[in-house]
Amino acid sequence: MTFELPLLIFLVVTAAGAILVKDLISSVFILGTYSFTLALVWALLGAVDVAFVEAVVGAGLATVFFLLTLFSTLEKDTQIRRSPMPWTALVALPIVAMLLLYGAADLPAFGDPGSPASTHISPTYLENSVQQTRTPNVVTSILMDYRSLDTLIETIVIFTAGIACALILRKSDS
Amino acid sequence: MIQAHDSIIVRTLGRIVIPIAQLFGFYVIVFGQHGPGGGFVGGVILAASMILSILILGRDAPGSWLVPKVLRGDGVGLLIFAGIGGLCLIGGGQFLNYTHLQIPGLDEASRHYVGILLTQFGVAADVAVTGVSIAISLSSDDEYEEISHG
Repeated sequence: MTFELPLLIFLVVTAAGAILVKDLISSVFILGTYSFTLALVWALLGAVDVAFVEAVVGAGLATVFFLLTLFSTLEKDTQIRRSPMPWTALVALPIVAMLLLYGAADLPAFGDPGSPASTHISPTYLENSVQQTRTPNVVTSILMDYRSLDTLIETIVIFTAGIACALILRKSDS
Repeated sequence: MIQAHDSIIVRTLGRIVIPIAQLFGFYVIVFGQHGPGGGFVGGVILAASMILSILILGRDAPGSWLVPKVLRGDGVGLLIFAGIGGLCLIGGGQFLNYTHLQIPGLDEASRHYVGILLTQFGVAADVAVTGVSIAISLSSDDEYEEISHG
């Protein structure tokens, strides 16, 4: 638990750095660092599958895609002028933050066995996964068996993203 | 834009890293039912290894026959996934209910196990093809046009 505070501070610093840095290639790599730190946070919270996806997709594949995009544009952020912060944001953002903190006070504690998320349907999955599917990793059995229709639709979404990128970005003069 | 990298260090390191990454991606897909990982992550690792081979060794490198073939595989993963669901329909059950996969000699739980494994390969194929396809689209040069248009 002692790692939580340094990780969170590093997370905020890298997130701010990725926005504020002028050199876009540096910004992409700082964003990769942010994703990897976030993966460490997920692993610390016990969500190993999410941490794996965050490390591979956020720090790996997304960085490559950003770099490939930057190769066909300029590396310096010359066009965007950062205007001074409008006063509406100065007023509204603290109010929204107060509301979010007020709402977070009512959330159940981390790992609370009596919370709605732990009592509704997840005990069924946890108890029956090994007998019904021979799959010790409950995340996989939920994704691929109990909720496989959702995963099928997500796969269709990824497929559609690839098709849309090919339609928009590839030159079609042949 | 994509051509073989000049540096011998990068090329040699790529020849070592790419097979290990592909083997690890395959391991993550197969091992996803017993540990962290699964079809999605394994597919992304496979896609990353193939993008690395495009970036380092170029398209004309001997042994890069896989990448042009992968680009023609749009929708194969989706076909595997939905095809497993269709097999369940043919077997007399609901869509994607692996109990009704007609595999002789397996009890109900093992049929679910096999169904999960096969659909994971479907997801992995879909994600890997999409990742390579998006990378090729982002760095679109004229060489790949003949491939993408068949």
